[in-house]
Amino acid sequence: MSVEAEVKAGLYDCRDAFAATLEAMAAEDERVAAVVSDSVSSTKLKGFRSRFPAQFVNVGIAEQNLVGAGAGLANGGMIPFVCAASCFITARAMEQVKVDLGYARNNVKLCGMSSGMAYGELGPTHHSIEDLAWTRVIPNLAVIVPADPVETRAALLWAKDHEGPVFLRLSRLPVPVLLDEDYVFRPGHAVVMREGTDVTLVANGVLVCRALEAAERLAAGGISARVLNASSMAPFDRDAMVRAARETRGIVTVEEASIYGGLGGAVAEILATEHPARMKILGVPGVFAPTGSAEFLLEHFGLTASGIERAAIDLLDGVPGA
Amino acid sequence: MAALEADTELEERLRRAAARVRMRALEMVHHAKLGHPGGDLSSADVLVTLYLAVMRIDPANPRWAERDRFIMSKGHCSGAFYATLAEAGLISAELLNTYMDPLSKLNGHPDRNKVAGVEANTGPLGHGLPIGVGCALAARMQGVEWRVFVLTGDGELQEGSNWEAAMTAATYNLDNLVLIVDRNRIQQGDFTEKTIRMDPLPEKWRAFGWGVVEVDGHDQGALRRVLGGGPAEAGKPTCVIANTVKGRGVSFMENKPEWHHGVPTDSQLEMARKELLGALR
Repeated sequence: MSVEAEVKAGLYDCRDAFAATLEAMAAEDERVAAVVSDSVSSTKLKGFRSRFPAQFVNVGIAEQNLVGAGAGLANGGMIPFVCAASCFITARAMEQVKVDLGYARNNVKLCGMSSGMAYGELGPTHHSIEDLAWTRVIPNLAVIVPADPVETRAALLWAKDHEGPVFLRLSRLPVPVLLDEDYVFRPGHAVVMREGTDVTLVANGVLVCRALEAAERLAAGGISARVLNASSMAPFDRDAMVRAARETRGIVTVEEASIYGGLGGAVAEILATEHPARMKILGVPGVFAPTGSAEFLLEHFGLTASGIERAAIDLLDGVPGA
Repeated sequence: MAALEADTELEERLRRAAARVRMRALEMVHHAKLGHPGGDLSSADVLVTLYLAVMRIDPANPRWAERDRFIMSKGHCSGAFYATLAEAGLISAELLNTYMDPLSKLNGHPDRNKVAGVEANTGPLGHGLPIGVGCALAARMQGVEWRVFVLTGDGELQEGSNWEAAMTAATYNLDNLVLIVDRNRIQQGDFTEKTIRMDPLPEKWRAFGWGVVEVDGHDQGALRRVLGGGPAEAGKPTCVIANTVKGRGVSFMENKPEWHHGVPTDSQLEMARKELLGALR
């Protein structure tokens, strides 16, 4: 679909909200800097570069240096938004993320662009389905996966004022606006997108809209599904998960990430010790994805409204499986 | 480079402080039964000169926004580093007695959230120079004058992240950034040149667009003049290759790879103390 067609259909590339918000923050506060590793167009920061050249750094194709320089900028009093493809900024610079950001508690905002399988056809080198597992185990690092343009903006505004390292896991896949214009991001809080009593769908990022669509379909079949937007992966809303386990008959987690160590893992860790519940964990089942567009791959792995609907029905019917 | 006058009185004070730092570092390693004495001894003169004669810092206000920054990229040489912080009045001398004890603030590798004067959590090699580049960029962006000093080992330069940062520093003309290489020619397993060839090191840095100065890393006067005198070349970051001797100051440790992380016995500590006390007289 062309950009015009997507906007007409009410779908948005969250990078536009990302770039606009970053520019607005830079205009307001000279400490806000954008730091990239050549990744100027993939982050949509060409406008930022021309409007705020003195607040813009391009370290070249060098992710370890990118994250380390971010830590140094924070040490020097800046608020750096360090931006690159999520697959590289995490995997290639993981030790800098752990030590220079998490352990040292440097005030760096890591922006992982085009996460998940957004770069579908480019293949598993460019997919970032491991990043949730890698980042959420790092103490002090907030991990945020916004669901739409409104939450992207809200999460950026929160990150700027939060004193500490943040990983924003962003996407380029078109999504509809799901949240109200005055939405305020709250760390450690799962957003109830839809109330429900039979089953709970927990999703984040680009899959929240698909979970909501699945809930619509389930409602048509007489099943009441609660939808939680777990955009705050760390800190994580333990209470909302325990409530869901207590108040509904099972939980389906839905993430554009490996089923190991991500959103499903986070929910399972809590419920296993606090309130065991029946679960299904939807995501990429421990494989490198085949060739195909992002849409194709989401379909391939059942990460669609119908795939989520089917998983919820199976869960309620007691059908085993991931 | 702006010339600094020789100051024999100050340089003698630095020499004595460096001898104390060497002694304290060895006592700390002996106490912890862990550490990296070879590199502690090779870097002591650089550390002392920076903290006592070059950097603008305020021990009463370690996070003073406009302080000069020092990043101890070779974080494993924490013994000499902590002992220098104590000499500079940033931490108490008593704290040094807790080196690597359970729950001590003095981890084997420094933690900026626990120890005043520590700017970066280092230990894994190749982290300091990128952080230093960021600090120098921050000064540039805010139009402030602070300088940034980074100390790496020479073997440490085998980490590729250093060369990523080297290119960024040159591209951004960061002449407020000084890298000091503790060129003791020994790494954990062997001599550097028998492991991965580092020479010709000055030419490498020149080729990356840096101004380069070589200096005797145990000559406090020369170090003070080089480190205190501004960039080696205007508009370029400076690489100071401090030619040092691993284990310097203790005859049986000098230039011996096994003292990279050896622990002195009681009698070895006593012998080292006698040699270093000689330097204090």
